[in-house]
This record gives sequence, C-alpha cells and structure tokens, in this order.
Amino acid sequence: MAAPLTLLLVLAVTIRAALFRSSLAELIAERVEVVSPITAWKRVVEGLALLDLGVSPYSGDVFHETPLIIYLFHFVVDYAEITFMLADVITAVALYMAVKDYNKQVFRKQKFALEADRYPLDCLELIRSPKEIYLLNPFTILSCVAKSTCGLNNAVVALFIFSTIKGNTLLSAIFLCLATYQSIYPLTLCAPAMLYLMQRQYIPVNFRRASFWWFIAQYLFMYLGSLFVLICLSFFLLGSWDYMPSVYGFILSVPDLTPNIGLFWYFFAEMFEHFRLFFLCVFQINVFFYTIPLSVKLKEHPVFLIFMQLAVISIFKSYPTVGDIALYMAFLPVWSHLYRFLRNTFLVSCVLLACSTLFPVLWHLWIYAGSANSNFYYAITLLFNVAQILLVSDYFYAFLRREHHLTYGLYLKRKDGSEATLVLK
Amino acid sequence: HYAAAQKQAEPAVLQPTPQPKDDFQEELVVRPLHSGDIYASFQFRTLWETDFMRGNKVSHYRLFPKSLGQVISKFSVRELHISFTQGYWRTMQWGQPYLPSPPGAELWVWFQDSVTDVDATWKELTNVLSGIFCASLNFIDSTNTVQPSASFKPLGIGNVTDHRFLRYATLPREIVCTENLTPWKKLLPCGSKAGLAVLLKSEKLFHSSFHSQAVHIRPVCQDWQCKTTSWELRQTLNVVFDLHNSGQGKREWSLFKMFSRTLTEACPLASSSKIYIDITDNPEQFELSPATSLLSQAMVLGDRRTFSVYDLTQQDTFGSVRSLNLLIRWKSTEGDMLRPLLHAERYVAGYGLQTGEIHTLMYNHHPYRSFPVLLLDSVPWYLRLYIHTLTVTSKGKDNKPSYIHYQPSKDRVRPHLLEMLVQLPPNSVTEVTVQFERALLKWTEYTPDPNHGFYVGSSVISSLVPSTVAMDTNSTRERPLFSSFFPCKEESSYFVRVYTEPLLVNLPTPDFSMPYNVICLTCTVVAVGYGSLYNLLTRSFQIEEPSPGLAKRIANVIRKMRGVPPL
Repeated sequence: MAAPLTLLLVLAVTIRAALFRSSLAELIAERVEVVSPITAWKRVVEGLALLDLGVSPYSGDVFHETPLIIYLFHFVVDYAEITFMLADVITAVALYMAVKDYNKQVFRKQKFALEADRYPLDCLELIRSPKEIYLLNPFTILSCVAKSTCGLNNAVVALFIFSTIKGNTLLSAIFLCLATYQSIYPLTLCAPAMLYLMQRQYIPVNFRRASFWWFIAQYLFMYLGSLFVLICLSFFLLGSWDYMPSVYGFILSVPDLTPNIGLFWYFFAEMFEHFRLFFLCVFQINVFFYTIPLSVKLKEHPVFLIFMQLAVISIFKSYPTVGDIALYMAFLPVWSHLYRFLRNTFLVSCVLLACSTLFPVLWHLWIYAGSANSNFYYAITLLFNVAQILLVSDYFYAFLRREHHLTYGLYLKRKDGSEATLVLK
Repeated sequence: HYAAAQKQAEPAVLQPTPQPKDDFQEELVVRPLHSGDIYASFQFRTLWETDFMRGNKVSHYRLFPKSLGQVISKFSVRELHISFTQGYWRTMQWGQPYLPSPPGAELWVWFQDSVTDVDATWKELTNVLSGIFCASLNFIDSTNTVQPSASFKPLGIGNVTDHRFLRYATLPREIVCTENLTPWKKLLPCGSKAGLAVLLKSEKLFHSSFHSQAVHIRPVCQDWQCKTTSWELRQTLNVVFDLHNSGQGKREWSLFKMFSRTLTEACPLASSSKIYIDITDNPEQFELSPATSLLSQAMVLGDRRTFSVYDLTQQDTFGSVRSLNLLIRWKSTEGDMLRPLLHAERYVAGYGLQTGEIHTLMYNHHPYRSFPVLLLDSVPWYLRLYIHTLTVTSKGKDNKPSYIHYQPSKDRVRPHLLEMLVQLPPNSVTEVTVQFERALLKWTEYTPDPNHGFYVGSSVISSLVPSTVAMDTNSTRERPLFSSFFPCKEESSYFVRVYTEPLLVNLPTPDFSMPYNVICLTCTVVAVGYGSLYNLLTRSFQIEEPSPGLAKRIANVIRKMRGVPPL
C-alpha cells in the first residue's frame, strides 16, 4: 500500500503548493471559518513582530499561541508553507499507520472470537485507511493554505493516536501532553488512551484491581511530568507567566467574540452580563462532561472512544475551525463497515454541504453587502453544528447496533418467528 | 470679586498680613483670515505666587478660582491642560492656530512625584473636572487613557522625565455647548460682567466654524533666575467666525457683528487688558477703525507679525461714546497666506466591516528643510491594529521611523498606543498606514446609536518646525561678521502641534433584539447533542414487541387483577 500512499501524498502536496502560489491564499487566510483568534497565521506574524519591537507578545490581546510556537516559528517563519504542508503529511502518515495497526489487531481479535452466529466479516476488509480523506478533504486543504496552526495541533494529535495504538506509553503521554498544552481540550483523550493501553497490556479494567490503579498512576505521572517540563520551558522563553492568562485564560473565558463556526460567539455576544460566568462554565463543562459516560459505555472500544471524543471537542470547543472538523472526519472511513446501520446519511451530507457553501455567502451579505445581519450567519452556524451532532450520534448508534448484532446475531426474530425490529429502550 | 475690587480702589495702608501676589491679565487677538473669515483668540491669565503643595492649606483665594486651586492641591497636579472644541481647525485655509486643540474634549495632566496611585487619582480627577465644567469627562477611563512617552512634555517648569505621572485622554464624541461655557466663564475674576469677557455671549460664539475653550494650569518662573515659582492659570477661547454664516457674505467685521456686544470698560481687577489686531496685511488688504497709534511686533509661529494695540485700561480708547467697536473692512481679496509648513490628514481605507486601514498623511511644505515629527496615535481596543503591517513611505520610498514606541491594547482594559519619530523630507507627503481588524462587541457595549459608528481620537503630531521667514540664508542686513556665520535668526524654529481629524469607524453589530432567542436556540442545539448522546448511553437495544390493541390491553389489566395469566 506504499505506492498509492506516496502517490496520494504527492497529489496533496501539489494541490497545496498550487494554492499557496495563487491569490486565493490571502483570501483563505482571512476567512473566519478557517482561522480563529487562537490559530490565525496573521497573529503569529504579529506576535513575532511584537517580539522584534521589544514588546512581549502576551502584553496585548492579539497573540494567543503558546511559547513553543514562538520558539518554532522564530526559526522557520520563512519556511512556513513547508512547515504546514509537512504537518499535514505527518498527520496523514501517522493516521494511516495507526489505522493499519489497529486493523491488524481487530482482525486478530475477531479471528479468535469466530463462533457461530457471526455475520459476514468481509465487511471489515473493505476498510480504507484515513489517509485519503484527510489529505484530500477540502477542509484540510483550506486549513493548510490558510497556515492555520490547527494543522500543527492535528499533527500532534495524530502522533498521539499513532503512539497509543502502537502501545508506546511514554510517547503517548508526551504527545498527549503537547496536545493539551496547545489547547486544553485534548485532556479528555487521556481516558481512551489509558483504556487502550490497558487493553493492549491485558490489564483488566476493574476498580478493585491494584494493577489498574498502578497503570493509571504511571500514565498520569508521565503525563503530568511532561506537562510540568513544558510549562517550565515556556516560562523560561519570556521569563514570565504572562502566557498563561493569554493562552489558557483566553480559551476558557472566551473574551474575543469574533464570529466562527462554533456556538460560543453569538451566544456570549448576546448574553446578559449577570449570567455570563454561569453559561461560560456550563459550556466549558459540556466539552469535558461526556468523557466519563462515554468511557464507561465504550470501555472495550477505545479507538471509537477517541473518535467520539475528538468529535465532541471539535463541535463544542470555544473556537472551532474547519481544521478540527477535518481531523475527526478523517476517521469516518475506518467505520465504513457501519454504513448499513446509518440512518441519516443523506440528510447529514446535504446539510453539511449546504452549510459549507452558505457560510461564505452569508458572511459576505452581512459584512460586505450590508443586506443581511448577523442572524443569518448565526443560523447557518446552528444548522452546521446540528448536522455534525447528528452525524456523530448516527455513527455512535450504528456502532452500538453492530455490537448488539455481534452478540445476538444479525437476523433477529421475535417470539412468534416474524422479523424483529430493534429499538432503544 | 467686583464689589471687593471697588472697595480696594481706596488707598490702602500698611497691611499686617502679607497679601499673596497675584496678577490678572486679559487679552484678545483678532486675526483676519485670507478666506474672509475672522479668528478671535481670548486669553485670560492669572499668575499667583503661592504653593499649593507642601500641605499648607491655601484658603484666601482672590483672583485664582477656588475650585481649581482645590483641584490642584487635592490631586497633587503639576500641570493640567483641558480643552473643549467644537469643529475642526482647517490648517490649510486658516493657518496655524495660537493654541491647537482636537475636536471634542482633551485632557492631559502631569502629576507630582508624590502621587502613589496615579490611576486612582486620575479617575477621581476626571470625575471632579466633569463636575466643574459640566462635561461628560466621567467617560474617561482606562479604555481611552494612554501614557505617551515623548509627545507631551511638561510646558511649565519641571524636569520630570518619568512618564508614569503623565496621563492623556480624548473624548472625540464630546459636544461643546453653552452648558460648558458658563462654568468656564465663572472661573474668571470678573466673571462675564466686565472686561473682555462681556463679549463671550454663547448665541454668537457657538454660531461659528470653530470654537474652542481651554484651561491650562502650570507652574512658571517668577523671575529670570527662577528663585520663586508661581502658578499660572490660562483660560483661552479661540473662535473662527465664518464669512457666510456669521458675516452674511460681507467682508466687513466689527466687534458688534462678531459678538453682538461692544466693550465699555476693562476688568478692574486686571493689570493689563489689551486688544491686538493683526495688521500685517494692512493697509493693502483691509482698513481698521478707530485708528490707534499703538503698534507692537511679535514673532508668532515663525513669522514676524505687526499688531495694532488697543489698551482698554486707558479711558481715551473708548472715545466719546464710551464704547469700543472695532471695525475691520476688507478692501481687496488678493494676496496669499503664508502656507503652513506642517499639515496632516487622516482617513480610513478599506471596505466591509471586517478589516480596514488607517492612513495618516503628513505634509512638509518647507522648500528645502526636512525635520522630524513625533506622531502619537491612540486607537481604541476594538480596532485591533496589526503592527507588522505598519508602513511609512515618503515620496514613494520606504521611510523607517527612528523611534517606535508601541503598547498593544488589552481588550476592555486599555487602548493601543503608537508613538513614532518620523523624519519628513522637504516638500513631500509622508504616508503612514496600518491595518486593523474590527471586533464584535458584546451587545451591552454598543452605544444606543451603534450604526453611527465609533470615534477614534485625533492623532497628535508634535514637531519643532524650522521657520521659512526667519531663515534668511543670504543675510542682506548689516551685521557684524561674528554673529552672522551660523544661520540663526530670532526664532528659527518653533513648536507646532497639529491634530488630525478624528475617525468614525463602523463595527459589525449583533442583532440587539435577539438575546433571549439566541440563548434559547443555542441551548437547544447543545441539548440536541446532549439528548442524543444520553439516549445512546443509557438505553440498550431490545426487540420490539408489538403492542396489543386497546381491547386486549384492558382485558389484560382485568386479568392481572383477577390473578389470571394475560392473553
């Protein structure tokens, strides 16, 4: 499979390079759907310019990247395009190899569990690796051409997934720590990582077992240790803790209400002052809140749990962009065998397509033509998020249904022998 | 004050207690402008040799207004400059003003070194001044206050260089009206009852192209050795009457036409009360009556001007009719004005409500000299400047500023501050551009008329401009050789401060009628997510049994009650 992969990589790099050279690059770099105040390239350049002027980039409210990004781009700012293309390539390759490894394990497991009443497993062989959809997804291409640092975040998350699936605890903890350091939300990926690694090392997931707690302690120690090291390194870059409120305080308290494809901006633009803190806490807790229930339900399927967590983060985070959506959409082909159980594919795909095309139109009408107002753009945001939620819950339903069939058989019959229908009760 | 002055006209014997030495002077300068408009500038100066600091309570106020004296001592003010302006000064048509001021309200204060919490003192000071001048200076807060590092040096004595004690704020939206003029007039020793202040009638003063009233307080040296210092209070009022609006199109001005009053006496408390008419262009351009023999020459803004002086303390100025009504009649409209050497413009470029660009143009009209200017820009936080897009070009080429001080803004806390030292090449236009992004504010942060736009205060351009007239490279006068080598005449450079126009910028607005709807709709979407995930997490798949018909269900209920197995 190496030849198709390299062919695909070459094609993807060509598309991106062509777009970088065209005049569309500047246009795309300004679009609010693709860049957000935390990921915009213009702000990275501004931060570096402030550093050149002798002013700390965190003394103003324009730069919200972590100090490691300053470290990185201080040296490679002239090669920014290559850096972002490389990040995309790393993400794709890491995901490809991770899924290949995962497939091997899945096949092995199912060979052992081959008993009677299994429905045809050849569906599993039709799994395509996520490389194609990630590299050729228009969202990813837009994100790369805009030089949004979301691409770098995605690369780190992909490396984390790869090292988790390979079973390397230390690397998994380090990459997860890097991802959390960049934006706080990947913290929820701790649970699936731990579950997967425990599964791989045959540690039973049981609260009463000492080995369970011992493993958790180990993983958390590695994770927190690397986080501590990173935070100290960031302190020594500029010699102050200014970056903490600028980066993490910004992500959590959402002071900047620039429109994006998420739910936060208009909500907090129209919020009554009295309730602002309350709803801020509610919305932020909403992202972290599904971790434990999902982990309990999906403790035997940690990779699907990773997918669910990524999707929840991308939909409910404070400043989402299309780059975040591209990351979890990259996983959809891994579950392509669930296709027969999906119920809303037509609706969801139509809505997503329509919304993606309506975003720039209604933005233009609001900001440039002045004939629409912010409600139009907000409505499309709502629709887009509903479609995403529908997509994710659809896949969840299909996954659970497939698990049910695997245990109880595909063709179910009622007591009187007629064809049965399954419902959730 | 007036009654006390009458009593003091009697000869005084030796007083047991030493009187504080204070002195009041009033002056009016009238300058006919080439466009047919007329520029009148009032200055009222009170000098008082006293010490507000060092804790000694000053309680005997005579000429100095008590409210301002208390402000100085309570807030440990070293210098205070406040101005209220209606209209924009058109430099290219009117020349340079004697005292420049930006549209709206402007306040800048130097505090004494003894102040520990400058920000708290500033806040209290603005609120107290807001009460004294009946203006909404209470809108000055940390979001429009800056600490310039180079543009506003102290104008009085004092060699302080620590800019922590300086605060500068403008309110470009502030409107000036009679309500602000009345308390300003009350601060004068004679009020508006005697002297030049009787001319200050609001119905004529506000019917003008430009109106600016200001108060400047600073410590000055009393003698040339500076052994004693005194406090100087200057109240200035600049007004430009329009040829067509107030002058009815006739190029003929008189005190009565301008102010609807004539002068009858000087202020008895004033040690000097004079009117100066700028007659440098007389008699070719206009004629002046009643004539006066008093003449005075002064170097003003790099130009030697001649003035006719009317001394109001002399009784014969008022003539037999006991009133003075100066008449200025234009004879011809030819002749050109001395072109001002430094001039600036500013505008917003771009389209749409997402981004924009601020362009500042600075014109240097000197034929052969370049000089540096300090540009101070204070932009509110909701226009996010990108300093890496700052470009300075002169004559099409890049002109790198030699000093840039930039303090980025913090959302809802402080504005941007950009100060640059730019060298302007001779006879050129220098363009400074910087890109910005417009922020979406919370719905409560918009003014009641959000589509009017948001004001950005004027840029301040300060410079020492070399004068063309005083610079005489081939000296034709008779002078000894030892003094004529270096090209230096009486005033070869003069300080000029130019204010640009304020900007009006539109921001994208949310829909103000929608808060409840938005909260409901967004919470619905979140609930949809929550609901679907909750369903899938808490329920499991079961085979659906078809529910029996109604009759069968009732029968089953009865059978259950009887204890019989159901159908």
